[in-house]
Amino acid sequence: MQVASATCHSVMHINVLDQFHNGDSPIHRLDPRVKLLGALAFILTAALTPDGAWLAFVALAVLWLALVLMADVPPGLLLRRGLVALPFAAAAVTVLFTLPGQALLTVHVPVFGWQLTISNAGVVRFVTIMLKSGVSVLMATLLAATTTFPDLLRAMRGIGIPKVLVGTIGFMYRYIFVLVDEVQTMLRARDARSAAGPAGQRAGGTVFWRARIVGGMVGSLFVRSLARSERVYQAMASRGYAGELRWLDKPKVKSMDIVWLAVMVLVLLMIQLWARLVA
Amino acid sequence: MLYSILRSPAAAPQQLHIPDGFLSAPVAILAWLVTIAFMVVAVRRASREFDERLVPLMGVLAAFIFAAQAFNFPVAGGTSGHFLGGALAAILLGPWPALLVMAAVIGLQGLIFQDGGLLAMGANIFVMGIVTVWTGYFAYQALQRINRHVAGFAAGWLSVVLAAVVTAFMLALSGTASLGVVLTAMAGVHMLIGVGEGLITAAALALVRAALPGMFGEQVTGRRSDATTILAGGVMLALVVGIVAVFFASPHPDGLERVAEDTGFLSSAQAAPFQIAPDYVLPGLTNQTLAAVIAIALGTLLLCAVGYGIARALRRRSQRLAEAHEQ
Repeated sequence: MQVASATCHSVMHINVLDQFHNGDSPIHRLDPRVKLLGALAFILTAALTPDGAWLAFVALAVLWLALVLMADVPPGLLLRRGLVALPFAAAAVTVLFTLPGQALLTVHVPVFGWQLTISNAGVVRFVTIMLKSGVSVLMATLLAATTTFPDLLRAMRGIGIPKVLVGTIGFMYRYIFVLVDEVQTMLRARDARSAAGPAGQRAGGTVFWRARIVGGMVGSLFVRSLARSERVYQAMASRGYAGELRWLDKPKVKSMDIVWLAVMVLVLLMIQLWARLVA
Repeated sequence: MLYSILRSPAAAPQQLHIPDGFLSAPVAILAWLVTIAFMVVAVRRASREFDERLVPLMGVLAAFIFAAQAFNFPVAGGTSGHFLGGALAAILLGPWPALLVMAAVIGLQGLIFQDGGLLAMGANIFVMGIVTVWTGYFAYQALQRINRHVAGFAAGWLSVVLAAVVTAFMLALSGTASLGVVLTAMAGVHMLIGVGEGLITAAALALVRAALPGMFGEQVTGRRSDATTILAGGVMLALVVGIVAVFFASPHPDGLERVAEDTGFLSSAQAAPFQIAPDYVLPGLTNQTLAAVIAIALGTLLLCAVGYGIARALRRRSQRLAEAHEQ
C-alpha cells in the first residue's frame, strides 16, 4: 500500500533520482567507463577475498570512504540505500549451522526437538559473506550516486554492451517514470473503489479475485504500453530515426582517467595479495 | 519515498535478486558467460525480427515489466503477492525478445537501484531472465491446447518455482548456504509466491487476448507446429519430474538416514538433521543430492532427445504425405 498512499499528484520525473549527479568533484569528473570498470574491479576483489580476512575488508571499506569523501556525497544516504542487500542474509544464515568445525554454541529448537550447532567456521563464513555483500553494495550505490544516467549508458557502450541493449535500457529509463505514474493512477483507482472494513475485518474478495483484478491491471498496462511504443516509434521516425541511437560527442579517455584506473586496480591488487598472503 | 516506489522490493521481498557477495567469483563469472551467450543470440534474433522498431518497442515494454513489478496485492498476514513478469513477457513477445526485455529490467535495477549486484548480475539475468522466460514459454506452449487459463497459470507458477530452485543451487555451489536447507526453503516459499505470479499471468493474458486478439494470435499461436509442441511437452515433463526429484532430495531423507545410523530409529528426538557429516564434498551438497541433480540433468536431456526424435519422425511423415498428396 506504500504505492497508493505515496502521492496524490504526478511527481514522477526523469531527474528525480539525480540529486547528487551534478556535483563537481574529482569522482564526478572521471570518465564514466573508468568509474564502471573501477566499481566492477572493487566488487570482484571483494568476491575473491578469502574467509576471515578481516583487515582486507577494513581496507576496502576505507577505500570506499575515501572515494565518498572525495565525491562529497553524504555517506549516510549511501549507507541507507545499501541496506537493500540485508534481507538476503536469511539465505546465508544456514552456513552458521552447516559448516563443519569447532562447535561454539548449541541451540535447542523446542518445536521439533532438533539441536542446531553453530560452528566456528560457520560464523566466519557468515560474517565474511555479509561484509562482502556490504562493501559491494556500497560501491554500487556510490557509482549510481555520482554518475548521470546518460553517462552510465555511455559507459555500458564503452565496455562493449550491444547498442540494442543499451538503447533499450535508455528508453526504458525514460518510460518507467511515465508507466509508474500510470500504475499509481490504477492503484489509486482500485483503492478508491474498494472500501476497507473496520480494522481486523477482511476487505475485498478472495485471493483469486484480487489476483484477477491485478492481472487485469497488468494486462491493460501492457496494451497501453504497446500502443505507446508504437506512437513513440512513429514520432521518432518522423524526426529522422532510422534504427540507431546516436550520441553527439565521442568521449575521449583523458590521461588522468587512466592514472585513476591504474591506481585503483593497483590498490585493489595489493589488498587482495595482502588478504591472501598476510592477513 | 519515490526511490522506494521505483525499486521493486517496495512491493514485496524479492528473494531472487541476488546481491553481490553471496555468490563466489567462479559461480558469478560462469553465470555471466552463459548469460552473455544467450544475450548475443537474443540481440541478433530480436534485431532481425523487429528491425528499426526494436529499440522503442523493447524499451517501452521493459518499462512495462518494471512498472508491473510495482503492482502488489495483499495475500495474508501482511504479506503481498508480487509479480516478476518473465513468463508473461515470454508468452506475449516470444522468448528471445522477452529475454532482452528482462535483461534490460534487471540491468537497470542493478545499476540504479542496487537491486541485485553487478558481479551477480549475470546470475540474476540467468535466473530471472533466461530461466523464467524459457520455462514460461515452454509451459504455455505445452499446455495451451488443454486450457489457456491453466497454461498461463502453470507458466507463471513454474517459472517462479524453477527460478527459485536455480537460485538455491547457485547459492549452494558458492558455499553461501547448504543445498538441502536453502533448496527446501526457496522452493517452498516460491511455490506459494508462484501462485500469485501464475494467477496474475493468467488474468493478464485473458485481458490482452480480449483486447488485442490479432496481435496475440500472431505472436504465439501462429508459428506453432506439432513437432514443437511435442518437444515443449517433453521439456515440460522433464522439468516437472526434475522439481519433484529435487523435493525428494530434500534434507529430510538424509537427516533420517543419519538418525538411523547414529542412534537407531527410536531415539530420533535428539538428532540434528541440519548437521553436515564431515565426508561431504561441498557444503550441503550430499552425495545423494548430487546424484539426484545429475539424474535430473540426464533425464531432461534424454527426454529432449526422445521428443526431438519423435518430432523429426512426425515431420518426415507429414512431408511424405504432403508429397504424395501433390502427386
